Amino acid sequence: MINFLAAFAWIFDPEHWEGPGGIPVRVLQHLGVTGLTVLIACLIAIPLGLLIGHTGKGRELAVVITGSLRALPTLGLLSLLALITLGWGFSSTSLVPAITALVVLAVPPVLAGAYGGVEAIDRQTVDAARAVGMNEWQILGKVEIPLALPLMIGGVRSAVLQTIATATVVAFLTNGPGLGRYILDGLPVRDYAQMLAGSIIIIVLALLLEGLFSLLQRAVVPRGVQATHARVDETRSRGAGDRSTSPDPELAAAETKMQTAAHRIE
Amino acid sequence: MNWVIANWSMIWELTLTHVQLSLPPIILGFLISLPLGWLAHRYRWSRGVLLTVSGILYAIPSLPLFVLMPSLIGTKILDPANVVIALTIYAVALLVRTIADALDAVDAGVRQSAQAVGFSTGQRFWRVEFPLAGPLMLAGIRVVSASTISLLSVGALIGVTNLGYLFTDGYNRQFPIEILTGIVGTVVIAIVFDVLLVLLGRLLMPWTRMSSKGAIRRRRAATEARELATTGGGVA
Repeated sequence: MINFLAAFAWIFDPEHWEGPGGIPVRVLQHLGVTGLTVLIACLIAIPLGLLIGHTGKGRELAVVITGSLRALPTLGLLSLLALITLGWGFSSTSLVPAITALVVLAVPPVLAGAYGGVEAIDRQTVDAARAVGMNEWQILGKVEIPLALPLMIGGVRSAVLQTIATATVVAFLTNGPGLGRYILDGLPVRDYAQMLAGSIIIIVLALLLEGLFSLLQRAVVPRGVQATHARVDETRSRGAGDRSTSPDPELAAAETKMQTAAHRIE
Repeated sequence: MNWVIANWSMIWELTLTHVQLSLPPIILGFLISLPLGWLAHRYRWSRGVLLTVSGILYAIPSLPLFVLMPSLIGTKILDPANVVIALTIYAVALLVRTIADALDAVDAGVRQSAQAVGFSTGQRFWRVEFPLAGPLMLAGIRVVSASTISLLSVGALIGVTNLGYLFTDGYNRQFPIEILTGIVGTVVIAIVFDVLLVLLGRLLMPWTRMSSKGAIRRRRAATEARELATTGGGVA
């Protein structure tokens, strides 16, 4: 308890709200790094994910890439990429090493959300759109993207959370920005109040964004799909045996995927 | 390569520590999640509460959680227990949902048959529902295993020794080989654990090998979808 009191005293000390190492600056750095990272990751991964989901090509490769990137230790990848980009001539005060490493980590969840979202759509829906005369772009824009949006946002949400977390670790790089500084600067001088204060601010920030995204994810579900989710919910509360009674395994798989989508939205 | 040979004993020691610290979160995480997952599966109200809480816990970044631990449980800041308990919390946060979903997925007909032949609630759980939910539970444990092993290295930042030490030390000395050694070591541990888990699954659930092709495909699709959902790696 005493520790927490000290940490809150540290947070509310006016002295810590000013200057280049003050809380507002560090929060903005943290959010800025996270925002820039996720933006770059989206620019790379969303078109690629939609392409994979729409054409069905390159799926195996995407699974392998997202899977193996996920298994890599964050801290190791970060320090290695930082050294490599330093070797390319970027100075240690540049943001390039940190952003590069963070983007590599943020791409897999966005990619998985995008191609997973398109893939989870019932093929009959897409075929029906084609049958009423929509061209491929219209199918993508009017059918696939709206239906995939909850899962796509889910992927972005994962990426944001992961980046917020990893942006903390970035402070370990020389001159690394963000709120992690409080933790890593406090450690050698045993200033536990500062470390705890930094941790609390990061946790609050992460939870705020998590809440924001769950609202957003709920808001983007198309009206017709909301009805489907209600049905899925009903099925689940009845005992949820229906999943395995579907005659067609492909259909069952799609159902499971949609249910997974529904879960995340809850 | 010379560096690896010259420092082999240190690397091996760090690897052993890494394995020792990774095991408790995976095992404890499963043991704690099993009753919680059952509770989430059984009642609607507990499902809402448990899944919301685990979602919130999973969103907390790891390094701040490691730092928070000493104040919550009264340990010293350098105590490895901080990291082990924090990783156990993540394991529980992930597995409660997986186990609840796995139990949900057990066929209602099978459940009723078990009841009809006179199984008590306990018998029905241990002899029917638990084994049938096994493959999906295993998929969740594999995700937990990989993420625990990789997250543990972040503990090196607050002085908890493991393979992550090679990352911080390698960066400070500007020596990529050392970092690469740490990455390879971590990935190798993760692969070995994964293979062991798969083998354990085959040993304990021999029927998974005999299912029809369709069932396997369906299960794989379900696992994949689930993994996508749990990519949720808020932590790092």
